[in-house]
Amino acid sequence: MRAAYREKPHVMNIARLFAALVFLCCASLARADALDDTLAKFLDNKFARTEQAVGELAASGAANAPAILDALGDNRLLIDPVGRVLVYQTAAGDVLNAKTGEKLAGVDVDSFKKVRVNNALRNAIQAALGALTLANPDPAKRIEAAEAVFKSRDVKALPALEAQLAKESDSRAAAALRQARAAILALDAKAPKSDRLAALAALRERGDQDAQSLIDEVAAKTDDPALKNAAQAALAAIKTRLAMWDAAQNVWYGLSAASVLLLAAIGLAITFGVMGVINMAHGEMVMLGAYATFVVQSALPPSLSEWSLAIALPIAFLVSGCVGVVLERCVIQFLYGRPLETLLATWGVSLILQQAVRTIFGANNRQVYAPKFMSGGVEVGGLSITTGRLWIIALAILVFVALQLALRVTPFGLRMRAVTQNRRMAAAMGVSTGRIDMFAFGLGSGIAGVTGVALSQIDNVSPNLGQGYIIDSFMVVVLGGVGNLWGTALGALTLGLANKLLEPVIGAVLGKILLLVLIILFIQKRPRGLFALKGRALEA
Amino acid sequence: MTALLSRLDRLGLAFLAATLICAILVPLLALAVPRGSAFAIPPYVVALLGKYMCYAILALALDLVWGYCGILSLGHGAFFALGGYAMGMYLMRQIGARGVYANPLLPDFMVFLNWKELPLAWWGFHSFAYAGLMAMLVPGLLAFAFGWFAFRSRVTGVYLSIITQALTYALKLAFFRNDFGFGGNNGLTDFKDILGFNVQSDATRAALFSISALTLALCFLLAKAIVGSKYGKALIAVRDAESRVRFLGYRVENYKLLVFVVSAVIAGVAGALYVPQVGIINPSEFDPANSIEAVIWVAVGGRGTLVGAALGAIVVNFAKTYFTGAFPEYWLFALGGLFVLVTLFLPKGLLGLVRARAARKPAAASAPAAAPAPAPAESA
Repeated sequence: MRAAYREKPHVMNIARLFAALVFLCCASLARADALDDTLAKFLDNKFARTEQAVGELAASGAANAPAILDALGDNRLLIDPVGRVLVYQTAAGDVLNAKTGEKLAGVDVDSFKKVRVNNALRNAIQAALGALTLANPDPAKRIEAAEAVFKSRDVKALPALEAQLAKESDSRAAAALRQARAAILALDAKAPKSDRLAALAALRERGDQDAQSLIDEVAAKTDDPALKNAAQAALAAIKTRLAMWDAAQNVWYGLSAASVLLLAAIGLAITFGVMGVINMAHGEMVMLGAYATFVVQSALPPSLSEWSLAIALPIAFLVSGCVGVVLERCVIQFLYGRPLETLLATWGVSLILQQAVRTIFGANNRQVYAPKFMSGGVEVGGLSITTGRLWIIALAILVFVALQLALRVTPFGLRMRAVTQNRRMAAAMGVSTGRIDMFAFGLGSGIAGVTGVALSQIDNVSPNLGQGYIIDSFMVVVLGGVGNLWGTALGALTLGLANKLLEPVIGAVLGKILLLVLIILFIQKRPRGLFALKGRALEA
Repeated sequence: MTALLSRLDRLGLAFLAATLICAILVPLLALAVPRGSAFAIPPYVVALLGKYMCYAILALALDLVWGYCGILSLGHGAFFALGGYAMGMYLMRQIGARGVYANPLLPDFMVFLNWKELPLAWWGFHSFAYAGLMAMLVPGLLAFAFGWFAFRSRVTGVYLSIITQALTYALKLAFFRNDFGFGGNNGLTDFKDILGFNVQSDATRAALFSISALTLALCFLLAKAIVGSKYGKALIAVRDAESRVRFLGYRVENYKLLVFVVSAVIAGVAGALYVPQVGIINPSEFDPANSIEAVIWVAVGGRGTLVGAALGAIVVNFAKTYFTGAFPEYWLFALGGLFVLVTLFLPKGLLGLVRARAARKPAAASAPAAAPAPAPAESA
């Protein structure tokens, strides 16, 4: 959350006084006779008087002011020469009395005179309309308008800004209004110096790129040393702040990448750990999960579309898990003890799966939509966080915790760990290693399917989906070792963060190459990864 | 040489003879026989056959490390492509001022990228001898550096395979970059001539084919010499029981390193011959999938046989050419099925199948004279 706006006390008092004066002034203008005066200025049909009238109208906050200003800008504000009455034509063609808003019937529009406008006036009208939205009853609209003023820095909007600020009840809108006022005051050479200094402080609080460029301008334009110093100090502060947010953003990207890596690699780590087998078709299991999501979304009635991903998760798990079990039973169990041949056979399976999906669903990308709760994002300070990524991180943590529990608490997990540590000893103790292999492979593939559901949200659902992740997931397994899942988590975190932190420094591709080289060097030091199983076996 | 030839078995001799006959016969049929005759070989087939020969050399290189030393390299495509790039750079510089931008020194893509002078890595590539040397030296040095680290820290089995795959993947990413200086994702193409002969002409194609076939024969002899020597016996021992060999006092890492480097150099030569015949080299040659595909050629032919590996490369690639033309949808099914079926049912490849048949016939006629040699156990 942005820090609340604070001023030095004496500045605050002056501002309050000023605001009160403006408020009084506006209140008096808002009276009916004042409106009459304002409208009368239009009747003179002189540019200077019209401009005055526009400003007053905007400040009055009258209910029909936006309509009148709109009409003026579009050359639809007319003067009835007979009674010297100001009328305007709506876009639909109805003629209305400007003051009362009554509809006039049977009038000859052609005999009316248009209130003339020039470009300077058009700008004034735009500013006035912007100021009027500042008074919109909807706080979100007010914030939007304040942001618009912040960008335009139009001095003419200042009175309206002050007026609204004085009666603003919504704290976020008030902050936005104050920032808009600061943007105007900071650049206004005629404003009192104390106000400008306060404005600089407010901009410093805001501390984003817009504020930076604004203060930059102030520093360049002003000759006053105090102002210049304040501006430079503010700039330095904002720069540090932005750099910190930037770093935080990169960390966030890194976490997000790490969660994807963890999801993709954890299933691989299980099968590799238990069976010593690298499943080259793992990426295709992920791809199957993504396609399962697509099928579920296509089959579901629209009323359930919010739940589509929740429904797709177990289905993807089952689809990929079943394919994994079939693969284990039909191919891998016959290749036991020949890990290199297994690698080749699973590569072949991956080719078959890819082509099968391409034949069934076509080579083009399939559209998978995001449910409402997963789309959009939130801004936290200088961080932009997409909701979809947040859910994927949550899913990764969930899967990790669930797997840890399954391995630690359940009898199946106990047997699986036993087989991982010493297959022959486990077999001697009565563990049916063949069945454990089958279920472990099914579990690993099923998790790949779950990963596919997540990836369908951030990547193209195409037959090649899995290919893009397979080498990275191998690297995670190589880095983490197969001793326990923490190694996988640490490996994913290291790779994800390193990748994203290197990216802004040396570029995405070079960063990736550097990481691959580093892993190749790392494996020299620890050939079995970070968390290697300790044992006395000669060949692990 | 005669000593080596006398050591070859019947199959090896037959393979050598067939290769040499092809090296003579194919150019003859392509150039001397008039077009339209039933025996004439069209030029595109000559180029295709030349490509197969290069693949066969690559398969030979792979069989040397995998079949005889148990190192399953999933990155041999990288050595192949590096050799190809070396030759491609020579061919690029031969274009000279005939490029689109007519720059006498800089290849077109450099002019396009607004480079002013030739990068250091491109110096000397106007000379064929230098390019040929680099085609062997660069893969060899890379293999040396990589193997030095990997074998000393005893990275073996699946881990080594994955790391070699990462190696070729990293190179692919690097070569895709424009500022890496080797043509980015377009690679090097649009070659004009080699040693003064037009690359596209039929005669050059035929000559390149002959050279490829001769190189295949030479590499085969080299590989046979290696595996038949004492050193080769030690290699096979490393494959079957690495730890035991180490405990006997052998420096296993050195044995592995030498064969890995030799294999990489052979792969580089294959790549250098490949590029002028296909007319292009680009980073997709570094794709890990290519390297794995090369492994299946060896597996189909029969690992640890050399002849089988070369034949496997030719058979699988012939099937690929046929399938991708006739049933493009089904080629990946066929290739994938090949991977599964060969590993499941043909662990010794086609050659193993043929040998088993041949061994059964005399065995049926007379009592088995000798017990069959024990199958090599996988050490990984």
